[in-house]
Amino acid sequence: MSESMVQIRSVTKTYERGKQKVEVLHGLSLDIPKGDFVALMGPSGSGKTTLLNLIGGLDQPTSGEISVGGSRIDQLSSGKLANWRAHNVGFVFQFYNLMPVLTAEANVELPLLLTRLPAAQRKKNVAVALQVVGLADRARHKPKELSGGQEQRVAIARALVSDPQLLVCDEPTGDLDRKTADEILGLLQVLNREHGKTIVMVTHDPKAAEFARRTLHLEKGQLLEQVAA
Amino acid sequence: MTKTGFVVANLFRKKTRTILTILSVIMAFLLFGLLQSLNSIFNAGADFVGATRLMTQARVSFTQPLPIGIVPKLEAVPGVARVGYSQWFGGIWQENTQVFTFAVDPLRYHDVYPEWVMPEEQWKAFAGTRTAMIAGKMLADQYGWKVGQKIPLSSNIFPQKNGSKAWAFDLVGVFDGKDESWKKRTNQVLINYDYFSEANQFVKDRANFFIVKLGAGADAAAVTKAIDGMFENSPDETKTQTEKDFNLSFVKQIGDIGLIVRWILFAVFFTLLLVVGNTMAQSVRERVPELAVLKTLGFSDGSVLGFVLAEAVALCLVGGVIGLTLATLLGAMVEKGTGGQFQLNVNGLIWAIGIATILIMSVAVGLLPALRARRLKIVDALAGR
Amino acid sequence: MLSQTIAVTGINVKSIPERWAPSLVIVIGLAGVVAVFTALLAMATGFESTLKATGRTDVAIVMRGGSDAELNSGLDRTSSDLIKQAKGVRVAANGKPMASTEMIVIAELLRAGSTKDASNITLRGVEPEGFALRPQLKIVEGRTFTPGLRELIVGRGVTRQFAGAALGNVLRMRGSDWTVVGVFESGDANESELWTDISVAQTTFGRAGASSVRIGLDGPDGLDKARVSLTGDPRLTVDVIREQDYFSGQTKQFRKTIGVLAGVVTIIMALGAVFAALNSMYAAVATRSKEIATLRAIGFGGLPVLLSVMIEALLLALAGGLLGAIIAYVLFNNLSVSTLGQNFTQVVFNFRVTPELVARGLIISIVIGMIGGLLPAIRAARLPVTTGLREL
Repeated sequence: MSESMVQIRSVTKTYERGKQKVEVLHGLSLDIPKGDFVALMGPSGSGKTTLLNLIGGLDQPTSGEISVGGSRIDQLSSGKLANWRAHNVGFVFQFYNLMPVLTAEANVELPLLLTRLPAAQRKKNVAVALQVVGLADRARHKPKELSGGQEQRVAIARALVSDPQLLVCDEPTGDLDRKTADEILGLLQVLNREHGKTIVMVTHDPKAAEFARRTLHLEKGQLLEQVAA
Repeated sequence: MTKTGFVVANLFRKKTRTILTILSVIMAFLLFGLLQSLNSIFNAGADFVGATRLMTQARVSFTQPLPIGIVPKLEAVPGVARVGYSQWFGGIWQENTQVFTFAVDPLRYHDVYPEWVMPEEQWKAFAGTRTAMIAGKMLADQYGWKVGQKIPLSSNIFPQKNGSKAWAFDLVGVFDGKDESWKKRTNQVLINYDYFSEANQFVKDRANFFIVKLGAGADAAAVTKAIDGMFENSPDETKTQTEKDFNLSFVKQIGDIGLIVRWILFAVFFTLLLVVGNTMAQSVRERVPELAVLKTLGFSDGSVLGFVLAEAVALCLVGGVIGLTLATLLGAMVEKGTGGQFQLNVNGLIWAIGIATILIMSVAVGLLPALRARRLKIVDALAGR
Repeated sequence: MLSQTIAVTGINVKSIPERWAPSLVIVIGLAGVVAVFTALLAMATGFESTLKATGRTDVAIVMRGGSDAELNSGLDRTSSDLIKQAKGVRVAANGKPMASTEMIVIAELLRAGSTKDASNITLRGVEPEGFALRPQLKIVEGRTFTPGLRELIVGRGVTRQFAGAALGNVLRMRGSDWTVVGVFESGDANESELWTDISVAQTTFGRAGASSVRIGLDGPDGLDKARVSLTGDPRLTVDVIREQDYFSGQTKQFRKTIGVLAGVVTIIMALGAVFAALNSMYAAVATRSKEIATLRAIGFGGLPVLLSVMIEALLLALAGGLLGAIIAYVLFNNLSVSTLGQNFTQVVFNFRVTPELVARGLIISIVIGMIGGLLPAIRAARLPVTTGLREL
């Protein structure tokens, strides 16, 4: 059994909606080994996005422990968590969330502004990332000049550019047609198999889940039996 | 790309909006520069004069001249080095162009105002020729007067003994100022007092102003007290003040220009705060998902606040600097166009205050949106809440 | 088309509260421009009307030839007597000419509330006819001065702006003491003066002559008769000027200066307001682009849309203009101030916010509103329906 990438122990998450308290995750425990490609599925309201946010360090659990890459992230201050995210995790969202005012390569360079790398080195890293996703020839284009699939590739390049071990994807193909979706998912597979990235992906599309190594089902904040691929 | 590049790129998200906002800022600072320089004209005396001279005039008003006979009494006061005197002539050039003309004792005037620069022979010619006049460089250049010419000047107050208000004088010298601020005051003409006193119909041996030059180490306050004490309760009561206060007191009588300027600028900047503040608020509101993404990438809450503030500063700085520059250019044009009479000088001090205002304004308009950006929660923002 | 325009405008206007922030920008921006413009010109109007009200058409001032202000003028006793005998001078019931020899002297008073800001005030020595020639002048407190005594009456403007001139005070001038025995009102520039008996003034200040002679004019051609008679007299060198013309001439410089200041400031502020209005209206149109597109898709024409945007801009601009006028009126109307007059003495006057000024301010805001609304309105009308609907 390869070493653990993500370890979740008895995690609960409660939100306050107005005067009410809603418990979205109930004492969840989970292990994701390094190099895994996990699909998280479940009906709306099941807590899958909440779980994803916790794994990616976008939010803190109400109770329980989360370790990613060997470090506990459930106790970090928001400033330290931000710093952790910069070095350890890359995000891909359903809506591409690229900066419309920047070119593709400038978008990809954004995370590198958090490092101390000199400009020349940053440019190199950006070029490599764009190469990996196959968009080197579109570097100077702005998001509005790109197709949906191309925008998503840029987002993936941005997620990769700091070379994180973990990629967290929230419905990455939710807004794409079948053909483009398959291309993106294929790219994710390559990143997992050839570049060793651990990927956790939330999806409601069973066909997308087929690209993953295994699928986990959530319902009402709890994990159902794991189904191996 | 750099962090700065990112800030600038974001400014041009909505080009029209940014440009219109910057234009509003430009207008505000254009007005700021012009009005503040107007304000400093009315307080110009304060910077310009040296503290080594006092002005003595009739207590009630400088329009009532005092007898020249008081000069020896003034010079007898300890601490007084030399006394000169000057009488307003009311000079008119050609049809109706006013020229600041004073009748003075040439050599005494030369002693009490060492700041005027003119060859010694010309001072001697001024003293030695009854009908002589000397002109400041600014006027001589403007009207094309040359040494040796006979210049016709009328007085709007004093007729000659024959009843005519037309006078004429021989231009024997042109004087300049020793530095920038004195050069700016060379818009005067000086004529010989003895000739004036003898040839005019109304005023004999009296003058509006007595310029008291203090000796080294003299106590200005003590000399002032001594002079005014000498003439108290006499028909020629005097008022003596430093040259600086003299200039200020005259100007204060026009009215509180400073107050007017302050009210106008208050209205202008209040509105501007609204305009720019609204732009910044809108800009942040639209970008909530993008700001959230920045945070997911690992930018701290503080750095996101920094980005928004930097945007506000960039907006205000660009507009403010352009506005101040325009004001400086316009002021210089006005100065040139009125031949130096109306000196709208947007100087270093005004620029310094302007930049400080720009920065304060940036924080005022940027702070709330920046705080909002700092506070936003990633998960809520991404979910569209 | 009218009904379409009304309908669309109605929708526009109802949604203004949702867009209250950018709408407020237009209102406040225009309020600022109009308030500043109105206040500055109210100052000029007040000064001008104070001075204009001061001059009568049936009185003339006679001064030494070529002086443009009483301060610069000097007449000796012989000349004054000759002037009173001229043709065209009205004769009173008692057979004496309606003429007052007057002498002005500059006095100094501290501004109210200050201990060192002194200003020059006119002290006028008059003859009894001086009162008859100014029927608008009335003693409202105390009594008039007694001829031969060092007594003063002071104008209402003086008591308002300066210290030490209240009823009963003693003023020290040139080594002599003067008692304030009365306060007068006249509704014009005379209220900025101190008055006393001319002979007392002449003796105290060691002056033999006078500054001017005021003469009542006899009939509509009185001025011409007086002028011919006086300027033609070889013993005299005088100018004869109708009192009203004398005072309106004095306002020229001030009016010009304030006019230039008000003009420059208003233009720059107005430009700023135009940019702000454009900004807001573009934002308004952008916010509602899908709404507009939907209306167009339903069948509303481009022109009604354009008009509705312009009307919205106009309504906001008018609101701003009114607000500005109200602010100027409340803050500044009847505010008493003083400034340097022709004799290097203070003239006290009030700001006057007149209906004409308010109208001018509203016109300015309407113009700005129209300019600020036009381009966005055109953009709204021209918006391709498909682009707008895509925003949905």
